[in-house]
Amino acid sequence: MFYREAGDFKTSYEADSQTFPIAFDRWRYWAILAVAYLVIPFVINDYWASALLVPFLIYAIASIGLNILVGYCGQVSLGTGGFMAVGAYACYKLMTSFPDVSIVVHVLLAGGITAMVGTAFGLPSLRIKGFYLAVATLAAQFFLVWLFNKVAWFYNYSASGQINAPERFVFGVPVTGANTSAPAQYLVCLVFLTFCALLARNLTRGTVGRSWMAIRDMDIAAEIIGVNPLKAKLTAFAVSSFFIGIAGALFFSVYLGAVEVGEAFGIQKSFLVLFMVIIGGLGSIFGSFAGAAFLVILPVALKVVGVDLLGWPTDLVAHLQLVIVGGLIMFFLIKEPHGLAQLWRLAKEKLRLWPFPY
Amino acid sequence: MKMKTLAAMALAGAMAAGPAMAELVIPDLSYRTGPYAAGGTPFSDGYQDYFNLLNARDGGIGGESVRIIECETGYNTEKGVECYEATKGEGALIYQPLSTGITYQLIPKATADGIPMHTMGYGRTSAANGEVFNWVFNYPANYWDAASVAVNYLLDENGGDLSGKTIALVYHNSAYGKEPIRTLEELSAKHGFTLTQLAVDHPGQEQKSQWLQIRRERPDYVLMWGWGVMNQVAVQEAANIGFPMENFIGNWWAGAEHDVTPAGMAANGYKSLNMNRVVDYPVLGEIKALVHDAGNAAGDGSNLGSVLYVRGMYAAMLAAEAIANAQEIHGVTAVTPAMVRDGMEALDITAARMAELGMDGIGPEFAVSCENHGGSGQGLVQQWNAADGIWVPLTDFIAPDDGVIDPLIAEDSAAFAAESNITPGCL
Repeated sequence: MFYREAGDFKTSYEADSQTFPIAFDRWRYWAILAVAYLVIPFVINDYWASALLVPFLIYAIASIGLNILVGYCGQVSLGTGGFMAVGAYACYKLMTSFPDVSIVVHVLLAGGITAMVGTAFGLPSLRIKGFYLAVATLAAQFFLVWLFNKVAWFYNYSASGQINAPERFVFGVPVTGANTSAPAQYLVCLVFLTFCALLARNLTRGTVGRSWMAIRDMDIAAEIIGVNPLKAKLTAFAVSSFFIGIAGALFFSVYLGAVEVGEAFGIQKSFLVLFMVIIGGLGSIFGSFAGAAFLVILPVALKVVGVDLLGWPTDLVAHLQLVIVGGLIMFFLIKEPHGLAQLWRLAKEKLRLWPFPY
Repeated sequence: MKMKTLAAMALAGAMAAGPAMAELVIPDLSYRTGPYAAGGTPFSDGYQDYFNLLNARDGGIGGESVRIIECETGYNTEKGVECYEATKGEGALIYQPLSTGITYQLIPKATADGIPMHTMGYGRTSAANGEVFNWVFNYPANYWDAASVAVNYLLDENGGDLSGKTIALVYHNSAYGKEPIRTLEELSAKHGFTLTQLAVDHPGQEQKSQWLQIRRERPDYVLMWGWGVMNQVAVQEAANIGFPMENFIGNWWAGAEHDVTPAGMAANGYKSLNMNRVVDYPVLGEIKALVHDAGNAAGDGSNLGSVLYVRGMYAAMLAAEAIANAQEIHGVTAVTPAMVRDGMEALDITAARMAELGMDGIGPEFAVSCENHGGSGQGLVQQWNAADGIWVPLTDFIAPDDGVIDPLIAEDSAAFAAESNITPGCL
């Protein structure tokens, strides 16, 4: 009824090729942005920020990054944890070496450094694909974690090998360190997420994104029609690692404040982000958000229901959580292999015809 | 987005349902799941049972009942932060996360929120300097004390001379395991022994290559900084290569029953440090009668009297004493976290008080002050008797070498103070 193209006349090429062709989608988009920027910062508290929203925002950036590589370019990667560690350690070294430069610049630079490292580890993708590439990126994961554990320069020779985020400010408000308020923490991550999501959305709609998708769909055919596989694959690795590096830098500096590489950026982190991408939907920016929300919020919600409402023992709930999350992953993969994004797409199709489906 | 609203409603419901803050709230960030559950479970049982005993026997502390909020961290720092944020709003008085990684995370947060932390024998060693770490306490002993106690014990064994000996350190490749390295390096320079470092990655099930290296190099002694499943694997591997067990010493987190029982008789003679003596204390009988038999046991009640259970109970006792102290200092029973901090800083544990509490000689005597949050740093050495299935204390409490440790603490805490713009001083 109200969700349809009819009646929404486009009079310019820009209007014709805009991200959301349906007026209702555009309003929804602005409404979500308005709530995220104008309402949540005023109602958020420490628990909401630390337990749900900040991790959700950061994991959303990471899964957008991985989605570009896996979902759009078809290159399977298990190195996400390692690349997040590169972002975190780059950010730490920059923060401690140049304390006068803004943290925002450091996070972006950390993303840039991760992009370079990611491109280097992406080189094998020119020769190998599928499972073999997954194994090569797995090597990156283990190598990077080992490196940050082994070389003391990366953690400034601290006795414990931990890195701690010193206090840094944006417009005079602390965003890292102990005195960070929940809204500051939330807003800085939200700004980065908005920037990354807009960038990713527009990249995937343009030439670069189309060449990635061509490589994903059939690399030989793409090469024959003139897509340069070297350029497409390496740009995918670079852009993907850039986002993952930003996520790692925020994860360390804004969210946790202190990390230990083996514990925070181990192989389980790579799998977690990969699950987010798969559950959310490969090749969909919305899917990255949905997958991150699903895997961040579900365990917390289960815990709240099990421990706080039902009063069950904490270990029982923790075990049930594993069972339920695992079960749901299987359920979704069987019932909807294209992820939550596909459910959303179907819902929109139905909405177009509502209330008179044929 | 729908998922988020649902979770939001569930959360809001849970928070509204929470009872009023009229009692003493003690969060227990425990871990009963994951590769470290074997250690986390008995500690948490002991911690909770002691507070339950106080509730049942004395009606709480100073007439205020104690409410424990348990939160499962799984030894994972992200969940640890979530647990901290979830519990701090309930009026939490003191945090004991039993994880060095979570401790590092929580030190700045707890300091900013004004809630004391007690990291007994773990966490950040330089927190012993109370002028820099106003809100963090690690009495009665810390990792660097443990390293020094172990070396002092070996010095004693070797007639005061370790020169030319080799000591291998098998450590958990994390902040926890790396903590003693600097002290051991200093001590190796001082006493002339050679230190070999062998890192074991989380969770520690794969140690073949490390023990192969030990078999090849034949060090005189092996020290271990292990936790969780790593310990039992190490003891088994040491048995497999025929390393003499009496020359293998774990720290106090690598010396509980569940670390040695899987290796059976082969583990006989394995030594470890301990910061509290484990014998059959009268208080354990009271817990059995008033808590377990009343059906209020934390967990399944099977850990009563085990090494880590006793340590958890000891931690709870120190917390309860600090709260009682705070009530006395400030003259109110409903204390705040800031008052508990004052109570911790004025803590004085005497032999007479420990005997009065039914745990005679459980730990060393020590007094806390603003400058020294680290206690006496003493530890003892115990040995596993596999035939009887008990840990036998071999020594009395051994003092660490403060001449080596104090400058290291001063150096590391000064670095932290500079990094986080703290002007050292008492509150």
